[in-house]
Amino acid sequence: MATASLAAIVFVLISAVVASSLVVAAKLLRVRAKVDSPLKRRTYECGEEPLGPTWIQFHPRYYVVALVFVIFDLEAAFLLPWSLIVRELGMAGVIEVAVFALILMLGWAYAVKKDALKWQ
Amino acid sequence: MHWLLWSVVIITVLMTTTAWALWLERKLAARMGSRLGPTMVGRHGLLQPIADLLKLLQKEDILPEAADGALFNLAPILTAVFAIATVAVVPFGEGVIAADLDIGVLWVLAFGGLMVIPVWMAGWASNNKFALLGGMRAVAQAVSYEVPLVLASMVPVILAGSMSMTDIVHYQQQHSWIALWPTLPGLPAFLLFLLASLAESNRIPFDIPEAESELVAGVSTEYTGMKFGLFYMAEYIHTLVSSAIGAALFLGGWSGPFAPGLHWMLLKTLGLFVFIYVVRWTLLRFRQDQLMRLAWVWLVPMGLVLVFMAAVVVVWGGA
Repeated sequence: MATASLAAIVFVLISAVVASSLVVAAKLLRVRAKVDSPLKRRTYECGEEPLGPTWIQFHPRYYVVALVFVIFDLEAAFLLPWSLIVRELGMAGVIEVAVFALILMLGWAYAVKKDALKWQ
Repeated sequence: MHWLLWSVVIITVLMTTTAWALWLERKLAARMGSRLGPTMVGRHGLLQPIADLLKLLQKEDILPEAADGALFNLAPILTAVFAIATVAVVPFGEGVIAADLDIGVLWVLAFGGLMVIPVWMAGWASNNKFALLGGMRAVAQAVSYEVPLVLASMVPVILAGSMSMTDIVHYQQQHSWIALWPTLPGLPAFLLFLLASLAESNRIPFDIPEAESELVAGVSTEYTGMKFGLFYMAEYIHTLVSSAIGAALFLGGWSGPFAPGLHWMLLKTLGLFVFIYVVRWTLLRFRQDQLMRLAWVWLVPMGLVLVFMAAVVVVWGGA
């Protein structure tokens, strides 16, 4: 398994080299503009002067989605190791995890009831 | 050193396949719309991907004055790296695999989850309203569909009792394709996986993050030249790799009669890929609230039910 881990790390490194070499190649091959125009470095806003700041506070519904995601992602993190040993644990294991999921789904039902996931 | 060879071969094949998958998609889309698609460069426009690459390499690289330079430049590279790195654990045949990790499925899910970060980096660093809105939508969508994707991928893991993709394919060789045999958790899980991967790779009908009629080009609005090219490439690589993973987890991977395994795996991958593109050019775009509702109200409970069905099948059936 040590070889597999090494192979995985090397694979990521190779993909990093491939991706960055494309950017470097573009840096070497690109055509440089003879006349510099500051206008082309202006933020694109359909040709108008950019209006107001971009980095603003955004709608709380994104925050709600992030919160619900954290809960369900944690659940997935608990379920993944369990999914490997379902056979050994037998019915007792299934029931125990089902109870855990059921408690979680109560929270989900509350969120649905409160229209938290409705994106209004 | 066996694996090093496979790593290089798999990355090379993936990159070239991506280039011509792009050609295939353009031809397909054109035919569906009674057009011809690329015809000028080479026979049937077959050299079009090379022409596109050369053009992108020559383009001027513009850094918008308001942008956050470091993040802006790093984002496209990271997107491409994460998209390519996913394929490390996908087996294309007996032993044709770059890294036979025993946590293969987890690796795939982890890199799928990481894809969110460069997209948000690009959206934020561009300092452009279209890009920021696109980035926010992309993150909200990717994060929502991540949960059904994890749950759907858990069904083959439970049935095969292993997270190694090779073991999952071996299990399917001994029994039958997971999409076919324990029909109840298998087939719905496959459909759920397809739906969630469509959403994860921002394909129509889930392409609200770069709805061109609203957001110009989403996070890639400010990008030019090869950096835009990397985003574009990463999207296609992601779709191809998702198809390969779907084929390995649910459609029996490299198993099949008459032909060598590698042919079957590539055939299944391309089949899923073409299916995704036919869907793309057939359907319309969902509204954002419909997207979120579908993920949280329907797909998440469905995924949980499928996971427990699979667990019960394994415990009672001893399969």
